[in-house]
Amino acid sequence: MTLLQPAQQVGRTPTTRHTLSVLVQDVPGVLARVAGLFSRRGFNIVSLAVGPTEQVGVSRMTVVVDVESLPLEQVVKQLNKLVNVLKIVELDPGAAVQRELLLVKVRADATTRAQVLDVVQLFRAHVVDVAPEALTIETTGEPDKIAALLRMLEPFGVRELVQSGQVALARGSRAMTDRAADRPLRSA
Amino acid sequence: MASADQRTAPRPGPRPTPPAHAQATVGQAAAGRPAAAAERGEPMTGAQSLVRSLEAAQVEVVFGIPGGAILPAYDPLLDSASVRHVLVRHEQGAGHAAQGYAQATGRVGVCMATSGPGATNLVTAIADAHMDSVPMVAITGQVSSAAIGTDAFQEADIVGMTMPVTKHNFLVTDPDDIPRTIAEAFHIASTGRPGPVLVDVSKDALQARTTFLWPASLDLPGYRPTTTPHRRQVREAAKLLAAAERPVLYVGGGVLKAHAAAELAELVELSGAPVVTTLMARGALPDSHPSHLGMPGMHGTVAAVTALQKADLLVALGARFDDRVTGKLSSFAPDAAVVHADVDPAEIGKNRVVDVPIVGDAREVLAELVPALRAEHADGHRADLTTWWRQLDQLRRTYPLGYAEAEDGSLAPQRVITRLGEIAGPEAIYVSGVGQHQMWAAQFIGYERPGSWINSGGLGTMGFAVPAAMGAKVGDPDRVVWAVDGDGCFQMTNQELATCALNGIPIKVAVINNSSLGMVRQWQTLFYEGRYSNTDLHTGSAVAMGQRIPDFVKLAEAYGCVGLRCERPEDLDATIEAAMAVTDRPVVVDFVVHRDAMVWPMVAAGVSNDEIQYARGVSPEWDRDEETSTEDDAAPTPTGAGVAHEGEGQR
Repeated sequence: MTLLQPAQQVGRTPTTRHTLSVLVQDVPGVLARVAGLFSRRGFNIVSLAVGPTEQVGVSRMTVVVDVESLPLEQVVKQLNKLVNVLKIVELDPGAAVQRELLLVKVRADATTRAQVLDVVQLFRAHVVDVAPEALTIETTGEPDKIAALLRMLEPFGVRELVQSGQVALARGSRAMTDRAADRPLRSA
Repeated sequence: MASADQRTAPRPGPRPTPPAHAQATVGQAAAGRPAAAAERGEPMTGAQSLVRSLEAAQVEVVFGIPGGAILPAYDPLLDSASVRHVLVRHEQGAGHAAQGYAQATGRVGVCMATSGPGATNLVTAIADAHMDSVPMVAITGQVSSAAIGTDAFQEADIVGMTMPVTKHNFLVTDPDDIPRTIAEAFHIASTGRPGPVLVDVSKDALQARTTFLWPASLDLPGYRPTTTPHRRQVREAAKLLAAAERPVLYVGGGVLKAHAAAELAELVELSGAPVVTTLMARGALPDSHPSHLGMPGMHGTVAAVTALQKADLLVALGARFDDRVTGKLSSFAPDAAVVHADVDPAEIGKNRVVDVPIVGDAREVLAELVPALRAEHADGHRADLTTWWRQLDQLRRTYPLGYAEAEDGSLAPQRVITRLGEIAGPEAIYVSGVGQHQMWAAQFIGYERPGSWINSGGLGTMGFAVPAAMGAKVGDPDRVVWAVDGDGCFQMTNQELATCALNGIPIKVAVINNSSLGMVRQWQTLFYEGRYSNTDLHTGSAVAMGQRIPDFVKLAEAYGCVGLRCERPEDLDATIEAAMAVTDRPVVVDFVVHRDAMVWPMVAAGVSNDEIQYARGVSPEWDRDEETSTEDDAAPTPTGAGVAHEGEGQR
């Protein structure tokens, strides 16, 4: 996984960046199975986010990978073989909402605080903590927006930051969780 | 810190082993198993629930070794009327025995081990089963759930360790989950593309009270293997097959796993297409069938390798375009369109771009392909294969499998294996290790039926033969089971001879003893200027080597087996027949063979299959016209199998 990357790194290879939504059974070890499969087959995960869904017992992983399309098809097939994986959808960036969360602690004293707050306002970010020497700022957005915000904040001095993996949903009314987990298998 | 006493406690001395005749009762016992499934919520311990679950899964036999964490399960196992336990001498042997049993019977093989080292010793066999798609359930004990993650005595994260080499695995810490987990494990192991499933059960789950309830249905929403092929794809395949002028049916192990030999034979007859059977598919079509060109790949026949290279259509059935078959991938079958049918969608297009992908069980695919092809023929679509067959027949005649007799009058290993196959016959089961002897056994024994050839193909596990032969014999006790082993392989797992001798499992072992790690030595001969680094094993002739360590005959006798030795060609048949006559205990034959014999033909690793060498320095002449009948000196005269051919003086 990448930590803070310079903005130019984000979107450096837009043609091979893919976002996969993976519905999994919420059982112990499922993250290890999915992550292990990517590393075993030689894929670098750019970001990975896991959380519960509207269905009890079903978690959703959003995996961002940089990969050519043919090996991606192979890794999707391999993922599908994992018994705890229920469904995989590749999200088209043009037809999906993609968001990351950023928390960043910026150096800001009496002389610079106003300038920092300007930036926060411009990006519709929020200040979530204030200290005499620093501000902690929260924002969500697409990777480009977060990169742009960071570019603007860097001159003031970034003390530390944390960024979530990307989460994404396809636009429109349909849900990938429909009927994904409610088909019991009959005994052989 | 555990005391010395505690450290020794988890592996107590062996229990009294079952009597030698126990094997005969397996069948009846299975039939008379308790009607556990009908009962509801019966109270018992987790250990009893585990054994009841194995009974409900209709397990006949478990290969294993007890130890601390799995110990609770071994107590109710003693009382099971239907599950026989075979106490092996090393957990790897338990795993390979389960594989051998599975491949001989088509049922799920079961092995059991304790936590930590017991479990890690299973890993090789589990990985082997994974590569060769062998249905297997491995049950391991785990330290108590409270101790998991504390580096407890004999703790190993076997679930984490085996994730990459199992089809699926489970950790059970709640005894109520035992029946459902065992049911799911057997279902997953045996359906779709078969494979190994590991069930790790913590000791406290085995000891705790629970109720046994065998599930009426399984809830595996993420596991839905596709077995029925898409009809339109099958029709497309039939169209290509009917039109192809140079088709080849490229048959892999999936055809055997799907029990599709009869359906395959039908397709072969109907299409008239030539067939190659991979190392994992030997026996899927009888070797004696006129359409059978033999095995393709690194040590395949010239005809099989060339047919694939020259084909305009490959119909791959349950095969996976392994590098040992394709050689250098970019130059494999360059002119061929590809129909690829496999039950595992991830295999399709993995190595080779596919024109017609078919996801489905090989038997179902073949059952649909036959009528679809018949319909094509009825519509008048049928290419003439005469020219193709003329080319292939020419290759078969010119480059049959052959070998050179040793110049010093010693035994040629190929002769040993050829005669073994002829004397033991097609009804026997042949199980091999890995190396030269494996390739010769694949080449020089005629396989006429499914299940007659068991080996470690994908992983290439030395030491596979003896324990796998043991498992095959337990599964199919009425057949003669020959382990064709090498002197290197044999020394990795021969302790299971004790298991065989004590449990009435009379396997036969042919040690093809060239006193070296023969295949590695062959590569050193060919690619390392004959610098024989660490390949001499000193197991061969006492006269030539001055020592024979170990002496395999004495070793066999020490294990309660019959030990025989054969060093001269004139004793060969009599020795094999003497071994065949032993039926009451295992027999080991030390065939001391010529050590410089090499496996031919050969495609060197990483090069194109076009570079196949018939013998050292001898390449087949490609595009030889059918009118050419005069062979050069290097090409042998066509003769029957088993007759020595002079390919080249193999020195």
